[in-house]
Amino acid sequence: MFADYSMSELGAIFAMQGFAGLILFSVFVLMALGLAIIFGQMGVINMAHGEFMILGAYVTYLVSNFFAAFLPGIFGIYFFIAMGLAFVVSGGLGLFIEWAMIRHLYKRPLDTLLATWGLSLILQQLYRSIFGAREVGVTIPDWMMGSLPLTDLIEVPINGIFVMVLAVGISVAVYVMMFRSGWGKQVRAINQNRVMAGAVGINTEWTDRLTFGIGCGVAGVAGSAFTMIGSTGPTAGQLYIVDTFLVVVFGGAASLLGTIASAFSISQAQSIMEFFLSGSMAKVLTLLTVVGILMLRPQGLFALKLRK
Amino acid sequence: MKTNTLFPRADIIGFAVLAVVIFLLLPAVLDSFRLNLFGKYLTYAFVAVGLALCWGAGGILSLGQGVFFGLGGYCMAMFLKLEASTPENTAIQSTPGIPDFMDWNQLTALPWWWEPFYSLPFTILAVVMVPVVFAFVIGVAMFKRRVGGVYFAIITQAFAAILTILIIGQQGFTGGVNGITDLRTLWGWDIRTDEAKEILYYVNGVLLFAVLFAAQFVRKSKLGRLLIAMRDQEDRVRFSGYDVASFKIFIFCLGAAFAGIGGAMFTLQVGFMSPTLVGIVPSIEMVIFCAVGGRLSILGAVYGALVVNWAKTTFSESFPELWLLGLGGLFIAVVMLFPNGLAGIWSEQIAPRLTKLISKNTNPATGQGAPAE
Repeated sequence: MFADYSMSELGAIFAMQGFAGLILFSVFVLMALGLAIIFGQMGVINMAHGEFMILGAYVTYLVSNFFAAFLPGIFGIYFFIAMGLAFVVSGGLGLFIEWAMIRHLYKRPLDTLLATWGLSLILQQLYRSIFGAREVGVTIPDWMMGSLPLTDLIEVPINGIFVMVLAVGISVAVYVMMFRSGWGKQVRAINQNRVMAGAVGINTEWTDRLTFGIGCGVAGVAGSAFTMIGSTGPTAGQLYIVDTFLVVVFGGAASLLGTIASAFSISQAQSIMEFFLSGSMAKVLTLLTVVGILMLRPQGLFALKLRK
Repeated sequence: MKTNTLFPRADIIGFAVLAVVIFLLLPAVLDSFRLNLFGKYLTYAFVAVGLALCWGAGGILSLGQGVFFGLGGYCMAMFLKLEASTPENTAIQSTPGIPDFMDWNQLTALPWWWEPFYSLPFTILAVVMVPVVFAFVIGVAMFKRRVGGVYFAIITQAFAAILTILIIGQQGFTGGVNGITDLRTLWGWDIRTDEAKEILYYVNGVLLFAVLFAAQFVRKSKLGRLLIAMRDQEDRVRFSGYDVASFKIFIFCLGAAFAGIGGAMFTLQVGFMSPTLVGIVPSIEMVIFCAVGGRLSILGAVYGALVVNWAKTTFSESFPELWLLGLGGLFIAVVMLFPNGLAGIWSEQIAPRLTKLISKNTNPATGQGAPAE
């Protein structure tokens, strides 16, 4: 299949597909980070994670419309405000859901899965009733339009670079929160031994709620970033949920580094194969490989050594 | 009273009531269109019964039952499609004698793996064996490594996603997103007429009872007790010397076989098979049938499948907007308020009062409880 292309063209193809893969990688990382916090640390399966993300996307959509209508002068920076607001709104909903639903189900993980699936259906229908069934897109500020030519054959879109920068920034922020803050220390302590953590005076209930809220908030930010590279529809969240869970499980549930490494390998494999095969076959092969590896190594790439 | 007989008295009553509902009550009150719909719901009940064994008794939550349902259904659909695609029927195609969607996708010959589906015995075997073999491979890979719980759920869900993408992507071989449609006859017997649909409804009912008896046998046998023991204390069962993985693989395969039969009957009853019945959403809906009916009760699972689907049809006919809200609310309510579903409501609320009422009039010797444990 390589015979039809010259060497330089092949190089350009790999570079461009590699870059497309990097954008996909950023998307996976953004989605998976929130899930890695909720699923990796708390062991809660949140099937509505995609819907929290879409909530962030819709918040961004509303903010962009608001700025276009009332504050066109500073339209260029609306995105940063939207991102903050997305975090607050999704995180707030997350806190509420934890209080109303999740905390009653910690002992029954499979039931959490079903209940949050119900939640995702409700949220989808609400989005559809409020924003309509059609996909909505935001107006991208001028400075994010266009692309950056690297060589004659290779050029990269600026909004893609922006999403990548965002992914790196949020990963660093999550890392700092998890491993350099008091809250992160508490979360990890609870993950290792809930009873002991409670015994030494950590408020496990509140930490759980906060963890869930922050995970959902990160999902909201991810959704906000998505609006830069694609449009938003009520069911868009569902498309990603399986991929995201696989990314987190493949990486090793409790390992942040593993999540990023697995997001990288999955996205690169998929986008490079996409050029040579059809999109659906690339996806099938990628998913099959991931599932196959998971069957051989159920604990994922980077397993935390931990006595239960 | 002996409790280890295959059919305690309460179970006999439960089976009898269900038989009356399926074979007498529903055909008596429904017109042929509605009866056909209920025939479709019955095919989902096969899956729900399998799930009641896997999930309710064994504690294995599979979010990929749609895969097995779809595999069974596609096997049957391939046979029916080949029978419908005689050279006379497909004379206008550029290659007569192959299914129409292959012709549309510029295929000029039948793929080799379609060939065996000319034979009905092979098809019937495949309807059961393809899902079972697939489940066996997954089961061996997962359970031997002691993967369970939520990981198993996620992996099976991934399989549902993979199979859907594969079917949609390989349009020329599978009919793509439209599925395999325009099925006509089964060995010359037209399955599209109202009479045929009615007969198929009864066939469904009989097969469902066969499946229910098998499930009842499993539950009452030593295997059933071991399953429940495994669900509650897996390590203790392992330390008692039982090979936990083999039991799990067996019950998972059994659930897959039930789902495959259900899928094949779906194809016959409804007249098509498409990837919309394979994917993540239908698979998880099948779990909710089981959860609503009561995950511990095989009879409850049948009622769950009937009630949820009936509600779905009724609601989405009159309030299409509200149905998703209703379904979502149902998920949450069942999980949070009625973890044992309809069967739980029956055995905890209604049955005790009923027994009290009856025993007041007759003798006070009954203490058997409900049809569902």
